[in-house]
Amino acid sequence: MSDLNRLASMLMELDDQMAACMKCGMCQAVCPVFAESMKESDVTRGKIALLEKLAHEMVKDVDEVNEKLNRCLLCGTCAANCPSGVKIMDIFMKARVIVTTYKGLSPVKKAIFKGLLDRPKLFNLLTDMGAVFGSPFMRSADKTIGTKSCALLTPLIGKRHFMPLAKRPFRKDYPSLDTERGESGLKVAFFPGCVVDKMFPHVGHAVIKVLNHHGVGIYLPENQACCGIPTLASGDLDTFLSLMRKNVEAFDGGYFDYIVTPCATCTSTIKETWPKMLDDANSDIKEKVQELADKAMDINQFLVDVVGVKALDHKAGGKVVTYHDPCHLQKSLGVAAQPRELLKANPDYEFKEMNEANRCCGNGGSFNLYHYDLSKKIGERKRDNVRASGADVVATGCPACMMQLGDLLSQSGGGVDVRHVLEIYAEMID
Amino acid sequence: MSNDKLMKEFEAIVGAEGVMNSESDLHSYSYDSAVLDPRVPAFVIKPSNTDQLGPVVKLCNDNGLPITVRGAGTNLSGGTIPHPGGVVLLTNGLNKILEINEQDLYAVVEPGVVTAQFAAEVASRGLFYPPDPGSQAVSTIGGNVAENAGGLRGLKYGVTKDYVMGIDFWDVNGDLIKSGSRTVKCVTGYNLGGLMVASEGTLGVFNNIILKLVPPPKAQKAMMAVFDNIDKASESVAAIIANKIVPCTLEFLDNASLRYVEAFTKAGLPVDADAVLLIEVDGHPAEVAEDAEKVVDLCKKIGATSVHLAETAEERDKLWFARRNALPALARAKPTTVLEDATVPRSQIPAMVRSVNEIGKKYNVEIGTFGHAGDGNLHPTILCDRRNEEEFKRVEAAVDEIFDVALSLKGTLSGEHGIGMAKSKWMEKETSKATLEYSLKMKRAIDPNNILNPGKIIGG
Ligand SMILES: Cc1cc2nc3c(=O)[nH]c(=O)nc-3n(C[C@H](O)[C@H](O)[C@H](O)COP(=O)(O)OP(=O)(O)OC[C@H]3O[C@@H](n4cnc5c(N)ncnc54)[C@H](O)[C@@H]3O)c2cc1C
Ligand code: SF4
Ligand code: SF4
Repeated sequence: MSDLNRLASMLMELDDQMAACMKCGMCQAVCPVFAESMKESDVTRGKIALLEKLAHEMVKDVDEVNEKLNRCLLCGTCAANCPSGVKIMDIFMKARVIVTTYKGLSPVKKAIFKGLLDRPKLFNLLTDMGAVFGSPFMRSADKTIGTKSCALLTPLIGKRHFMPLAKRPFRKDYPSLDTERGESGLKVAFFPGCVVDKMFPHVGHAVIKVLNHHGVGIYLPENQACCGIPTLASGDLDTFLSLMRKNVEAFDGGYFDYIVTPCATCTSTIKETWPKMLDDANSDIKEKVQELADKAMDINQFLVDVVGVKALDHKAGGKVVTYHDPCHLQKSLGVAAQPRELLKANPDYEFKEMNEANRCCGNGGSFNLYHYDLSKKIGERKRDNVRASGADVVATGCPACMMQLGDLLSQSGGGVDVRHVLEIYAEMID
Repeated sequence: MSNDKLMKEFEAIVGAEGVMNSESDLHSYSYDSAVLDPRVPAFVIKPSNTDQLGPVVKLCNDNGLPITVRGAGTNLSGGTIPHPGGVVLLTNGLNKILEINEQDLYAVVEPGVVTAQFAAEVASRGLFYPPDPGSQAVSTIGGNVAENAGGLRGLKYGVTKDYVMGIDFWDVNGDLIKSGSRTVKCVTGYNLGGLMVASEGTLGVFNNIILKLVPPPKAQKAMMAVFDNIDKASESVAAIIANKIVPCTLEFLDNASLRYVEAFTKAGLPVDADAVLLIEVDGHPAEVAEDAEKVVDLCKKIGATSVHLAETAEERDKLWFARRNALPALARAKPTTVLEDATVPRSQIPAMVRSVNEIGKKYNVEIGTFGHAGDGNLHPTILCDRRNEEEFKRVEAAVDEIFDVALSLKGTLSGEHGIGMAKSKWMEKETSKATLEYSLKMKRAIDPNNILNPGKIIGG
């Protein structure tokens, strides 16, 4: 069997799912990448058509198809709006795995994923060093948000305004925790996620403060690993599965009602992607993965739906806060009302809805790395909407969105703060 | 001219950005929403302003290169499946609304303006652009005009052609031809704009389009009438119209559609009903109240088992939810959805629906029928799996027979989706040999090299 033959037969496994796309083209109305380029290969229908053609060996240039496949934020907006209910995210993830398996992972990604992400201890050590050594070369870009820029890093990351690695990662303050159920009678496992641990430890602190305040017991085991989504999005199924296993082991043995995260992407990965990607070799942990998936819940949703936090009577005045819906919360998990409820609970803020609050900010994880210009263009619409709302603060529920919003607002003159919903909510607790 | 040379020439007109010819780009413009085999073009050209259209068309004509203009590619008849080795000319970069004239009630737009965006912009000025095809969130005005697209409001407000006041279009020599005007009345010369409507890219490439706007209705009222027999449903349609009430929307769902929609939405639809009618009247508040009452009475008199009148905006939305979900619900049932467009005089709806159900049984294929009862435009939707060759043969035979029946009932091949490639073989059957020859002669005179979307509508 020729190589292309082999690739084609692997892709044919997706044929049933792809056949459900009736090529109606309605995805053109919602895809943020298509809105910028207006190219058919950038919208779902085009990508599915190309994959089908690859499966049937009607196109030969795998690199080109791969490149098109990667011009996608995996934001799930198309899936949420597709009239045929095509399982678009499953198709895209699996296709990335298949194409990457065929082509091999690039050496850089291999080094980062297998050499670093899959070794959480080494990853932690290096990022800790980065936090110490990186600082002298960085310049403050926006004081409100705390972004930096760095001429030395321009060849690597362009002129981004980024959040520096935290001086003290969350993990240092809370290497582990196992507290009793309090008044609420509830206990949760806490999965902070890489970005909160390394860049936004204050978000992790806010979560702890809020959980303590509501009398929720916390189980925070050591040795948590990355949720794995960056590796899967790059088609590296092996590392993804290995990270999933590490996490299952880390949480094994604890007793808790829910596993909560302040990261929209981590929640949707644990809840939806982990069980889907299990393969035969990993079937021994199937039940545990499913159990974690069933218990996984976004922290906003947990506080409102389970603990029962309610908005106070709306009061005018105070700082104006608006809310950006992370795709993984709104489109994948259907969590939209709860974060707004939490923001309205803080009487020092006045909540104001922005236009197109649920439109993708353009980050898309590594999409931002490989397609920075496109990512920025998509984000500029978000930035304009934030600014037009007149908000002093934009809150959201995903640290990746926080990075993107920080870059966009900081580059455009700053002055608008970027916060996690939990930080705003935590402010009202002494 | 060699392809390399042609590419340079195209680049000279639209810039390097506007020319695509990589394998994957070409393949992603090889299909549209029709269930037909894809065909790969040699170039995809994306102009960034309308002045580039003429030179592109001329270059193609000089080199005998077939051109297929593509808006959003949502047509259901294969109209944008390119000629193999030809050119796909994209208009979605030509999307400026040039003028909305609130005094004289018209607008001027470029061909790539998206229908719903245009309608929203018009609505924000307190005016109304009624044509609302189901694809309006993505379809373009150029595509709407080229297909003469209709929508839910067709019965009272008409279809796209009723709003076209003028079109400027490019002929094959790259010259701009003018038609119509900004005035309500205009009889200057042949009605060339009329010729362009439903021409599916075979007679000229649209430049700017002048569209009529109307004041929006002040009030509306929606209701659902449930029937245990489709004859009673269509008698009600006839009775409503005979009583001089023209609802803005009068939609029909058959039992199969109801069951699919209910299975998918759990909205509490009457799955035992033989058919439901969804009716909306609009206009002046007093007139709306009176009409709504009359419609309820008429339906009940003719034998509706129940008529539910929406009292609030939420209830109204809930009613339309069922209709909006007809296609998605059907589409989820099986991999392939063949959405047909057979249209009959409205008195023939029961005969048509009965025949469709018989045809479904005869060929052992699943069909759900919904559509615009008010204008006789039905969408028998066949659920199948295209990859199953044996089944798909039965589907094709069923489609053939559906059109036979529609024609025998004095109906037409297409109410709104166009002829394209999908139905060109039927053209002579509905019209006549002489009609086709007349059309071919006209096409040859206008487009001697046959470069404008060859093979569509009239074949050739
Ligand atoms: C889910 C769904 C629902 C639909 N609902 C309806 C409906 O309710 N009513 C209805 O009528 N149709 C409906 N359609 C069919 C389709 O959307 C319409 O025919 C629409 O008008 C096509 O617009 P488009 O921009 O996608 O045109 P395209 O599909 O891109 O093109 C259609 C034709 O127009 C020609 N064309 C486009 N632009 C130009 C131009 N500038 N100059 C010359 N020729 C041009 C093309 O060559 C082609 O022949 C539906 C389709 C789908 C997928
Ligand atoms: S909306 Fe869904 S069915 Fe329609 S073209 Fe896009 S992916 Fe396919
Ligand atoms: S996931 Fe987002 S970016 Fe990717 S095709 Fe769908 S809507 Fe577009």
